[in-house]
Amino acid sequence: MEEYQYVVLKKELFNDFIVRLAGIKKLIAPIAKGYNNFAYEEVRSGEQIALKYIPTILPAKKYFMPRNETLLEFSTGKKSNVEAFIEYESLTLFGLHTCDIAGIQCLNMALSERPKDYNYLARKNFITIIGLECNEYCDEFASCHLVNASFPSGGYDLLFTDAGEYFIVHINTESGEEIVNITEIFNKAESLHLNELTKIRENKRKVFSNEVPIERRHIPELFDRSFRSNVWKEIGERCLSCGNCTNVCPTCYCFDIRDELELDMKHGRRYRVWDSCQLEPFAKVAGGFNFRKERFVRQRHRYYRKFRYPVDKFSRFFCTGCGRCTRTCMANISLKETLNQLVKESEDRVWKRWL
Amino acid sequence: MEKMALKYSSYKSEKAEIVDIKKLTENEKLFRVVLKNKGRLDHEPGQFVMVSLYGIGEIPISVCSSPMISDYFELCVRAVGKVTRSMHKLKKGDEVGIRGPYGRGFPVRILEGNDLLVIAGGLGLAPLRSLITYVLDNRRDFGKVHLLFGCKEPKDMLFSDELEQWNKRADIHYSCTVDRASPDWAGNVGVITTLIPGVDIEPSRTFAAVVGPPVMYNFVIKELIVKGVPERNILLSFERNMKCGNGKCGRCQIQNLYCCQDGPVFNYEQIKNLSEAI
Repeated sequence: MEEYQYVVLKKELFNDFIVRLAGIKKLIAPIAKGYNNFAYEEVRSGEQIALKYIPTILPAKKYFMPRNETLLEFSTGKKSNVEAFIEYESLTLFGLHTCDIAGIQCLNMALSERPKDYNYLARKNFITIIGLECNEYCDEFASCHLVNASFPSGGYDLLFTDAGEYFIVHINTESGEEIVNITEIFNKAESLHLNELTKIRENKRKVFSNEVPIERRHIPELFDRSFRSNVWKEIGERCLSCGNCTNVCPTCYCFDIRDELELDMKHGRRYRVWDSCQLEPFAKVAGGFNFRKERFVRQRHRYYRKFRYPVDKFSRFFCTGCGRCTRTCMANISLKETLNQLVKESEDRVWKRWL
Repeated sequence: MEKMALKYSSYKSEKAEIVDIKKLTENEKLFRVVLKNKGRLDHEPGQFVMVSLYGIGEIPISVCSSPMISDYFELCVRAVGKVTRSMHKLKKGDEVGIRGPYGRGFPVRILEGNDLLVIAGGLGLAPLRSLITYVLDNRRDFGKVHLLFGCKEPKDMLFSDELEQWNKRADIHYSCTVDRASPDWAGNVGVITTLIPGVDIEPSRTFAAVVGPPVMYNFVIKELIVKGVPERNILLSFERNMKCGNGKCGRCQIQNLYCCQDGPVFNYEQIKNLSEAI
């Protein structure tokens, strides 16, 4: 920790800061949306922002990869023409928890892998990210420590950590520094602030621990052993195939591409919309054969796409432990519970071999 | 919301013109396509392109002509869905969008110096035609070449002129079978696996290229293994409903593999332990 990388914002100045920040470009932050629900929306003042919030209904991916995004505009007929472009907005996102920042890091990895997704990559450069560290768990559904997302590790321009009377702010990028300079509201950090930050982090280490009784490095093995597990069958029997879990997942980016014609039948657009591997037609091919026909197979696919497949490709899990899939599931399928069951079943198997 | 033109887009296609259309069967048509600006498609046998009918949609179609032809390429399309049915209504001179080629095709360099056993079921002959024509164009580089073809009924037979020509050639052994014979059918009747035992090959230096409907693979693979063809030498091409071709949209995923990038051609060893593959 170097002092010049940190600044301090007194809490009584927070509202002023937000007003100034909103003056730079459109500002998005979590706001309360009825009982225990929060959403990222545009804000203009500090009072609107819910500083203590559980993960929003939709993650910040909605700004990086909009639910419905135009890829091409075209005109048909003799003088046909096709234009490729992106729709974008210059935004500042304030208040992202480390789980949501991790989600964006996952999307960055997946979509910058060759062949690159230029729509995503061009858009993300217009978005400034200001994180807000969690000093304690948001609720019992989170499993951020298990997937190594409970502590900050990059992915933001500025990171706010609540230290009671004030925020300690880590400057991670040049554009973060620019915000500090433009808003002219921060004080320099001194050693006492950094000591406080160290204390907060030490305390966090006591608060956060693996939410499922397994070591992180053993998770890929667990999944290698569990492909034929009965746990998937049980989940499959409960799953309604609604696709809520993938919709709210910060790392789910599967999509469908569709065309839409205007009423003149000459002009139109090609767009992509979020899709879900949980929906029945997702893996269907022409002629009607479905490669993931059963619900348990689709649920299993979702879990393996979070905990097994990305490990080989990107050396990380594509679960950020935010707990959204569990909170939103109408059938009460819980990610933590599923992992617990897998661990237990796997242990039972090991014991049986011993006995 | 603002707009910015994208210099590079993974989704913009090349303009292409349909220069010829040939009706192959009741359901299948062969389209001859020329890229307007780019010229040569430069594909490998077994690769596919994304075909756009703007306003209707975009679909993956395997290229069925030899890569040795540089002036045009051909697509064999069965009318089954929204886009393919619209495609069947197109006329000579109409325009489509093409992007690609995508994926890994048949590893022709590796196949050189080996015997080839090409097994095509129904529409599976389309992607294999690009391999067969490539092999015939470079015939000296390969050992024995066998083609086994099976379809439901004689009237479903694709590329019947070419099949007949190949049947006459001395450098390719061709046999075919139909599931249900018509009164004038004099050839084999039965599933395609019945043809495999009779093929005269040296299994250890044979590569089998298999494309057909999903139900065909397991039976054919079993028979090939009985025959003694090594698992690594059994090449399979898979059909999936790709939307992007770039390994992103997730539709074609077979466990950890993306059919559009890692495939569509896989060897059996790669996928034998993957469920959801065949």
